[in-house]
Amino acid sequence: MCQSVEERNLDPFIVDVDDILEVVREYFPEWESPDELCLDAEAIERLASVIGLQSSWVKHQSTSLYTDPFLLEDKIRRLGKEELAALFLKAWRPIVELEQLSPHSLAGAVSYWRNLLPTNERWLKRASQKTDLGATTRKELVKQRILAEKAFSEELQTFWEELKQSVKGGEKIRYWDFIGAETFAETMKRAYMTSFLITYGYATLEIHRLEEEVFIKPFKKPRNIVGSKQLVSIPVSISIEEWMKWKRGELD
Amino acid sequence: MKRKAYYARKIKGATHLLFYRHHRKPGVKGWELRRKLGSDYPKVLKILDSYLEKLDLQVNTIFEEPVPTDKPTPSQLDKARFYVTLRGDITSEEVKMMGWRIDDIAGLATAISCILSKKGKASRTDVEGLLRNKLPGWRVDMNMNRYISSGYLAEDENNQLYLDWRTRAEIDRKTLVDLLLGAEG
Repeated sequence: MCQSVEERNLDPFIVDVDDILEVVREYFPEWESPDELCLDAEAIERLASVIGLQSSWVKHQSTSLYTDPFLLEDKIRRLGKEELAALFLKAWRPIVELEQLSPHSLAGAVSYWRNLLPTNERWLKRASQKTDLGATTRKELVKQRILAEKAFSEELQTFWEELKQSVKGGEKIRYWDFIGAETFAETMKRAYMTSFLITYGYATLEIHRLEEEVFIKPFKKPRNIVGSKQLVSIPVSISIEEWMKWKRGELD
Repeated sequence: MKRKAYYARKIKGATHLLFYRHHRKPGVKGWELRRKLGSDYPKVLKILDSYLEKLDLQVNTIFEEPVPTDKPTPSQLDKARFYVTLRGDITSEEVKMMGWRIDDIAGLATAISCILSKKGKASRTDVEGLLRNKLPGWRVDMNMNRYISSGYLAEDENNQLYLDWRTRAEIDRKTLVDLLLGAEG
């Protein structure tokens, strides 16, 4: 989560630093091996960078240039072009400058002129390719990805069934174990479909922030979550490096 | 008399340096002025500025970030860039004579304020979305490219927009934001 905040410019205040520190403090006496201590150290390092981001956020809020983006955007939308231009002219002090020929610019011009092709060569017309008219089939359109093989809702339903099968009587499955596939392209497609499963209330995510582990929990029946509670967006990073780690079993 | 002649000569030198473009970008760095005019170049610029006032022009100093809040040190002045800019306001008729349409100016104001409100960085898609509110779709991309090539905006490989050197040199950003927020829209 801290990594997501750092890399994706998310609001650093979504990380509850006190809460995480409390957990680290609680379990610290139990750690013995260097690996466990290293993980703790890494967590603290990430937290420190989040605190750094929180600090710069506060600094920016307190500068004279801080403006509520929504307020300013609203003002811009409401103002007419003429009014906007008139306001801008009160803050604009254009530079006064004279451009002149110099040995450097002359050398550039000569080089450009020498390399310039004659107009009859530059404006050569390309002959257009003639193709015969013909009929196509649905199969052909599917192959060319103009039509989808299955309706999206049908595909989503199948994917949900697959998720329910994958948890094998348990409640949840690790995110990467579900989306991970033989190829990176297929993995991306599964991550994309998973995001729809969650958005449309077929499943939910369970995030263990400290361990940086994400699980998917399928619902038995789709739930209508829109409007029933505050929705949040959760960015999940899918990179080729992570996919390779998963393939090598390093994400376990 | 000798002293007066000394400064008259220095002011001429400063005028040549500041008005004529020597590099890809206009303006002169403090260290260049020091090398050509001597270590008392801040004083020379002050005298030149008072001459230019009668012509509604000024010598504008743009410091590197962070901008010094107190009297700048010689090192901060050396790293700063000096420009000659207009001192007073410019009218919309004059702007048209300079080759700017009202649409272009409104678009530039929108883009700059949008980036300013988002901590100095905004995605090109967001800015273009806001611009579509003011300009016809086919002009949006063209205008954005113009703002970038003129040095008002910069774009990185992730299509993120930033304020570039010309915005820092020509636009009083705080005044712009204050005016926009104070406007009755």
